Amino acid sequence: MRYLFLLGFVLFSSLSVRAELVIEVTETNVQSTPIAVVPFRWESGGAQPVDFAGIVSNNLRRSGLFDPMPESNMLSFPFPGQGISFRDWSISRTEYLLIGNVRATPTGLEAEVELYNVITQQRLMNRRVSGGSNNGRDIAHRVSDLVYETITGIEGVFGTRILYVSDNGKIGDDAVFSLMMSDQDGEREQLVLESSQPIMSPTWSPDGKSIAYVSFQTGRSAIFIQNLSTGRQEQITDFQGINGAPVWSPDASKMAMVLSKDGDPEIYVMDLATKQLQRITRHFAIDTEPNWTPDGQSIVFTSDRGGRPQIYQVEVSSGRTTRLTFEGDYNARPRLSKDGRFLVMVHRRNGQFHIAVQDLQDDRVIIVTQTSLDESPTVAPNGALVMYATKRQGKGILAVVSLDAGVKYSLPSQAGNVREPAWSPN
Amino acid sequence: MNATLKLLMAALAAIVLSACAGQNTVDSQSTDASSGDDASTVIVDDNAVTDANLSDPEAALETVFYFDFDKSSLNYETRAALDAWADVLASSPRTIRLEGHADERGTREYNIALGERRAKAVADYLSTSGVSVGLVETVSYGEERPAVPGTGDSAWSQNRRVELK
Repeated sequence: MRYLFLLGFVLFSSLSVRAELVIEVTETNVQSTPIAVVPFRWESGGAQPVDFAGIVSNNLRRSGLFDPMPESNMLSFPFPGQGISFRDWSISRTEYLLIGNVRATPTGLEAEVELYNVITQQRLMNRRVSGGSNNGRDIAHRVSDLVYETITGIEGVFGTRILYVSDNGKIGDDAVFSLMMSDQDGEREQLVLESSQPIMSPTWSPDGKSIAYVSFQTGRSAIFIQNLSTGRQEQITDFQGINGAPVWSPDASKMAMVLSKDGDPEIYVMDLATKQLQRITRHFAIDTEPNWTPDGQSIVFTSDRGGRPQIYQVEVSSGRTTRLTFEGDYNARPRLSKDGRFLVMVHRRNGQFHIAVQDLQDDRVIIVTQTSLDESPTVAPNGALVMYATKRQGKGILAVVSLDAGVKYSLPSQAGNVREPAWSPN
Repeated sequence: MNATLKLLMAALAAIVLSACAGQNTVDSQSTDASSGDDASTVIVDDNAVTDANLSDPEAALETVFYFDFDKSSLNYETRAALDAWADVLASSPRTIRLEGHADERGTREYNIALGERRAKAVADYLSTSGVSVGLVETVSYGEERPAVPGTGDSAWSQNRRVELK
C-alpha cells in the first residue's frame, strides 16, 4: 500500500525553486558483489514510463553491497520467458542476474522479475510487482528491495522516504523555511510546509502516515502533528519557552518532547489521546533530544548535567537514569538502531563535529564521518545506513554513510541549504 | 531625579558604552558633563553623537548582546547596557522580547536550549535590575536564525547573541 501512496496537498507548481537533491556517490565498499540488472523489456506501446533497470541499479550501487554492470558491457539482453545464456554473464564474473518484463495493465503497471545466481544457474526469486500508472518508480524500488533482501537477508529500504528542512539561503526577513519530503534517493521531492519562520526537528509516526515537527509560525516554538494524506495540521503544544524535539513512542501512543515551561529544558512524555504530560527528567541542566529505546520502556537523551553534553538513558516508569557515553567532551542528539544495539550520535573530536556510532554491547565508539559540522543523524529502518546533515562549501547538504563507514554518498541540494533529515519507517 | 534627567543620563550612559565598545573616544569633558547642569552641551566624538537621539530614549541603547562559545554569562558591556535598559524601562515601561541565538556548531535542539539559557540570563539580569518579569518574554531560535551567514570565528561570534526587541 505504501507504494501507492500519493499526497493530495502538494503544490507541484512551486517545485522548480526547491532544493532538488541530487546524489553523488563518494565511496563504495571494495568488495561489493557484481550484479547485472538487464534493461527490463517494455511489453506495451509508447515509451517505458521510467528506467526501471536504471533505478534498480542505482539503488543497489548506493547500498554499497553491489557493483552493477554497465549496460554497455552486456553481451545479451534476456527477459523472463526467454532462455538465458549464462556463459554471457559468467565470463564477466557477474554473480547475480536480474531480468524483467514490464507492461501496462488496465489498472496501472505490472513488472515480472527473475533473479538468478549466475554460478549455480539457480533461480532465486520470481515475483510480480504492480502499482498505479504513476507508480513506476515505486515498482522499481520494490524490485530493488526484493533483490537486496533475497541476496543479503537484510530488509531493503529503497521504498522509504525522507523528511528534511530546507531554506533559501537568505537571512533575516528574506529567509524562507520549507519542510520537504522525498524518496530516500532524493527523487520526487515535495513541499510539505513553507514558512517565513524556522521549522525544526521533523519526525515520522511509526506507521509513516503522520509527521511531527517544530514550527515558529506562532512567533515562538510549538510542536505540530500533520497527517500526510489529509494535510491536516494539529498544534499539540503551546507552552512558554521551548517546545521541541518531538519523537513518537514505538507504539505511537505517546510522544516524547522537550519543554522548558518549568524553567529549564526537561524531557516530557505526552499521552497523545489525552494530551496528559508526564515529566521524565528533573535537573537544572539542559535535558534535550529524546529518542525512545525500541522497547518503548526508556528514553535516551542529551544532558549537560555533568558539565558537558553527554548521552544518558532514563527508564520512563522509574526515572532511573544512567550515563551511556564517556568518550569525548561532546556527545549529543542520540538515535538508536531499530535493534537497540547501536547508538548513533554527534561526537566532537578536536573541535570538529562528526557522526559516531557506539556499539552498546561493548561501548566501542567509531567515528564514521570526516567532515567538521556533521549533525542530525537518522538511522535507516534496516539499521544499515545513517543519513545526516553537514556543510560543504558553506552550504547545508545531506549525506549518507553505512554503519560500517564503507559506503558514502551525499545528497547536495541545487539551491539553498538542506538539513535535519528524518528517515521514514519501512 | 526627574524623568528628563534620568533619560539624559541613560542616553549618556549608552554613549559612553558604545564608545567603550567601539573605536570611538569620549572627550574627558563629556564624562564630567553628566554632573553639570546642562547635559546637552556634552561633546563627544562625531560617530557617537548620531546615537544620542534624546526624543527616543531607547534609540541610543544596545539591542544585541554577545556571548562566548557555549556560554551564557554576561560580559561587562552587556551588564552596563542592561543597566541602561533597566533605567529606560523603569521610566517608560513596555513589553520586551529577548531572542536567544547560538552559532551553528553543535546540535540544533541543544542550541535551542543554549539560546534559551542566554535569553534567560539577560532576563534574569533585567529582573534583578528592577524590570518587571511580566514585561519580559524570552524565545530561543538556537542556530536557526543567524545574524551573519557563513562559517568561521567571525560569523560564529556575531551569531552567539541575544537580541532585545
